[in-house]
Amino acid sequence: MKRITLLGMPNTGKSTFFNRLTGASAKVGNWPGITVNLLSARILLGTEMVEVVDLPGIYNLHSFAEDERVARTFLEEQSAGLLVVIANATQLDRQLALVLQLQALGQPMMLLLNMIDEARKLGIHIDQERLAQELGMPVVAISAKHGMGMEQARQAITQALHEAHPPRAADIERTFGEDDALQARLDTIFSRTVDVPVSATDRLTDRLDRLLLHPWLGLPLFFLAMLGMFEAVYTLGAPLQDGVAWMLERIKIEAVTSVVTTWPPQAQSFVLDGLFDGIGTILSFLPIIVLFFLFIAIIEDSGYMSRAAFLMDAFMSRLGLDGRAFVMQLMGFGCNVPALMGTRVMRSRGLRLLTMLIIPFSLCSARLQVFVFFTTAIFDPWAAPLVLFSLYLFSFGAAFLTAVIYRRRLTHTEPLLLELPPYRFPTLRQMWLRGWREVTHFLREASGFILLGVVLVWILTHFPKDVPVASPETLAGQLAALFEPLMQPLGIDHLMTIALLFGFVAKEVVLGALAVIYGVGESELSGIVSSRIDWVQAYSFMLFVLIYTPCLSTVAVLKQESKSWRFTALATGWPLLLAWLVSFVFYQSARWLGF
Amino acid sequence: MDMRAHDTSAATLADLLPGRHATITDLTGDPELRTHLQSLGLRPGRRVTVVRRSRFGGPIQIRLGTSDLLIRPQQASTIFIK
Repeated sequence: MKRITLLGMPNTGKSTFFNRLTGASAKVGNWPGITVNLLSARILLGTEMVEVVDLPGIYNLHSFAEDERVARTFLEEQSAGLLVVIANATQLDRQLALVLQLQALGQPMMLLLNMIDEARKLGIHIDQERLAQELGMPVVAISAKHGMGMEQARQAITQALHEAHPPRAADIERTFGEDDALQARLDTIFSRTVDVPVSATDRLTDRLDRLLLHPWLGLPLFFLAMLGMFEAVYTLGAPLQDGVAWMLERIKIEAVTSVVTTWPPQAQSFVLDGLFDGIGTILSFLPIIVLFFLFIAIIEDSGYMSRAAFLMDAFMSRLGLDGRAFVMQLMGFGCNVPALMGTRVMRSRGLRLLTMLIIPFSLCSARLQVFVFFTTAIFDPWAAPLVLFSLYLFSFGAAFLTAVIYRRRLTHTEPLLLELPPYRFPTLRQMWLRGWREVTHFLREASGFILLGVVLVWILTHFPKDVPVASPETLAGQLAALFEPLMQPLGIDHLMTIALLFGFVAKEVVLGALAVIYGVGESELSGIVSSRIDWVQAYSFMLFVLIYTPCLSTVAVLKQESKSWRFTALATGWPLLLAWLVSFVFYQSARWLGF
Repeated sequence: MDMRAHDTSAATLADLLPGRHATITDLTGDPELRTHLQSLGLRPGRRVTVVRRSRFGGPIQIRLGTSDLLIRPQQASTIFIK
């Protein structure tokens, strides 16, 4: 099959073009020797099927940054076929450099001038024919976002494919060190073909930035925007999640239960409480992922993400992070899973891993349920909000402490060099495609792992066969007893330890698990808990729940995104250790102080 | 040309005040950083304007032709200007 490889600098709308060209048919694929996910799709061009591969955005073919290495490995080891380079038409003064570097590889090639609508609005005039002549390759002007010029682009690609020689791997080594000569050629071509007015900046963007990046107003506005987004995610997300939970419950009761009702009890329980709940856990994440990526798409595509970096960088750089990490951390307060996926916007792997290490400390809505329950059951009404607030402080504290400890190991000194694109409105189509793709990706990569974990916990709490479910006699109970010497100094008894084992699957089930363990309904749980444990124990338990592994899905996504078991082990093990230390210090000093 | 707009005492981009512009004379960072800066258009001979600086020693917003970039003072101090 013939292949088209899309290349271009970051922020050129390359992905938007890819989406336009391929629709929703794209798949995330693995390629030998390449450590990041590449999108690819098969499409019908003219009369034949063609494979389209979207490489990560690169600035330079001769740089050693991660994305550049990925692109180079691909060009050297795969046959890239026709190179379709996408350039931002408003920035040809520097974007043509990549075109010329790629041209030196001798592959068949063509150039798409994207965002031509923006260029025209800025008064930039490009002599397309002359440019095609100078470069010796077809040049088509498009606006991928609005679908302008797509037909011409398709035709040009089909024709170029037709004329292309049999593809071969590229020899990049040879083209090193030709950069200076190339620069001179760029300047000549640019001056002959592009006409830029003296002041070609987006006025609206300038005006908005004067407000949004204001020395005093910028930060308050940023926090206000984040708060608004957060509120929106909660208000929209909670009913969505409840809806899914309700639907699953109905299916469980009406459909699945009636099917398995004649089966032996053990098999029934396995299907209902093991398999079905496992699938339910996976499904309950889907609406949130779509919703979050809607918001992530708005922040990213509008250009506000880079502004957040500008505003928060002075603080975050001290932690080895940047402003974008802070945005993702805040997203994590809704749900860690999509926030982890959202870190993909970061080009540097070290920075990304460090951000992924701190996101699981964000007090997500699932943990909030547990905390609201405990604070209202144990604390006086006046103290409950303060207790809750203190947990948010611990959440930030644990994240920042982790960043300080691990920044040297993961990030060294990453230069922050970000483009500040003009403000843009993302289209609904773009947002929807993104959410949809993330959901399918999550289903494919993470669901097996989550299901396995849920089934494992089911086995732990249902075996041996003849003891009450989740009782101290089960495997889980025995495991909890094993951990008793470790958990005793935290004031966490072994019934609560069983609940923590459940909590490893998802924090939503902690309360349900406690009810099962104590053998009461969830409505009576509050009374039981407040009679069994005092506030010091409760707070210690909450600290542990806050800091240790948020849920199986988070672990699955940590693995999905990092592609490294070692990192996943670190991101699971370290919070567990930290949770223990914090609970230990709290419980022991509270007791020592006489509480 | 308006000579007052040139900050003649400034040696690097990190010293340039908001609203001022200058011409890049030299890049002195490590090769990897230089390559990256050049592909972003920051190369000797180019004119660069500082749009604004963020508070507390945060990044600097600069303008090169039609592109705006964020750069931290640490990296900006490797770019010499006149």
